[in-house]
Amino acid sequence: MQGKVRLHVDPSKCQGHSRCKSLAPELFDLDEYGNAREAGDGTVPDDLVDKAYLAKSNCPELAIDITED
Amino acid sequence: MSHNPPVTDWVNDFDHTDQQWTDNPFPIWDELRTTCPVVHTDRFLGVYLPTTYEAVKQIAYDTEHFSSRRVVVRNARPEITMPSPPITSDPPHHKPAKQLLLPPFTPDAMKKLEPRVREICNELIDDFIADGACDAAAQYSKHIPVRAIAHMLGIPEADGHLFVRWIHEILELGVHDDAILMKAAHEMNDYFSAHIAERRSHPREDLIMDLIRAKGPDGQPLSDMHVLGSLRLLLIAGIDTTWSGIGSSIWHLAKTPADRKRLVAEPELMPFAIEEFLRAYSPVTMAREVMKETVISGCPVKPGNMVLLSFPAANRDPTMFSDADKVIIDRKENRHAAFGLGIHRCVGSNLARMEMTVALEEWLKRIPEFSLDPAGEVTWSEGTVRGPRQLPLRLG
Ligand code: SF4
Repeated sequence: MQGKVRLHVDPSKCQGHSRCKSLAPELFDLDEYGNAREAGDGTVPDDLVDKAYLAKSNCPELAIDITED
Repeated sequence: MSHNPPVTDWVNDFDHTDQQWTDNPFPIWDELRTTCPVVHTDRFLGVYLPTTYEAVKQIAYDTEHFSSRRVVVRNARPEITMPSPPITSDPPHHKPAKQLLLPPFTPDAMKKLEPRVREICNELIDDFIADGACDAAAQYSKHIPVRAIAHMLGIPEADGHLFVRWIHEILELGVHDDAILMKAAHEMNDYFSAHIAERRSHPREDLIMDLIRAKGPDGQPLSDMHVLGSLRLLLIAGIDTTWSGIGSSIWHLAKTPADRKRLVAEPELMPFAIEEFLRAYSPVTMAREVMKETVISGCPVKPGNMVLLSFPAANRDPTMFSDADKVIIDRKENRHAAFGLGIHRCVGSNLARMEMTVALEEWLKRIPEFSLDPAGEVTWSEGTVRGPRQLPLRLG
């Protein structure tokens, strides 16, 4: 049983590569410039945890953080 | 085609326009990477070449010591008279110039363009599929970005041959001959000036019109210089880069039947395959100018020199990517830097990805079986952008 998983995009690092959005569309929102934010409050539903890690490991700017508690 | 003497010592005297590099640069980068993270040549008035991911990343993020005012390594460094914002802009000018161009290139905007790109691909395939053979570079991959960007800018797709010639003159011949470069740049300016004037009298909806209407950070319309510079950038940056990306992908599939069959059988792998082709065959090497002395990965770099920011070499660094020299079409972790890192991330990356995806999907739907034509010869572009320029295939 895992704890609550949250993800966060660091807006100062994100350069809008959109890798996260294409790999895990449910978990990210893009602004009008194509820069990403976590969708909602960043809570990752259990069934999307793998996708969250996939997005993180494909962000060229290391802008995505995932915490588990 | 290089006009320079052939290279005999890659570590101390490299040349990115040497025929050996053009034909097959990968072993050269591997050799350099194991020797020194940042090598230097006296050619082109002094150039550094980082080949590790770490060194490339450090330079890409360092806008204090490295300027983007020159982004192509050439034999000469004349006064800068025609900037192409935002690619040639440094902070603080970079961000406002880039923000003007980002909205038309978001993933959502690309979805709207996608149907036209699918049509373009099929029109091109119609022209050669019955022949059982084609040059996939000259007859297919080259035309897709030309027509797509023309469609976005609202200029005739039929003018594509002009764009292709200008780009060849600017990015290949112009490296060695400034007169050719300037002539092409002036022709482009005249071409776009006419389009701008035409829209001022007869407004319509396209990307040129958006730029004419756009306001700079001071609330004033952009100067004609700025609009022309950005249009030159979109045309130059948008065409042979993606043409090369599509061409290299088709080249890979033509010589690797296992990957070709797998991609036909498992189309859901396409997004991963595209990223892997981008990593393994990254088309674009940008440049920076050293403005202040600094140290990169232990190597001192000095002003007065350029840096070839080799994203392609970084993407083959085995300390960053496992099996970096292998093409693994379902590679799951792929933090490649094909579109750059940091503030200069390619504005057109979403467009390029969409074009590559559509180009391969439409091709594989209609031409699932193809191979290199043993009687033909594959040739590669020289210098800044790497991709096949002649790619003879047998279809079926
Ligand atoms: S992949 Fe990274 S840089 Fe790209 S949009 Fe997502 S968070 Fe931003």
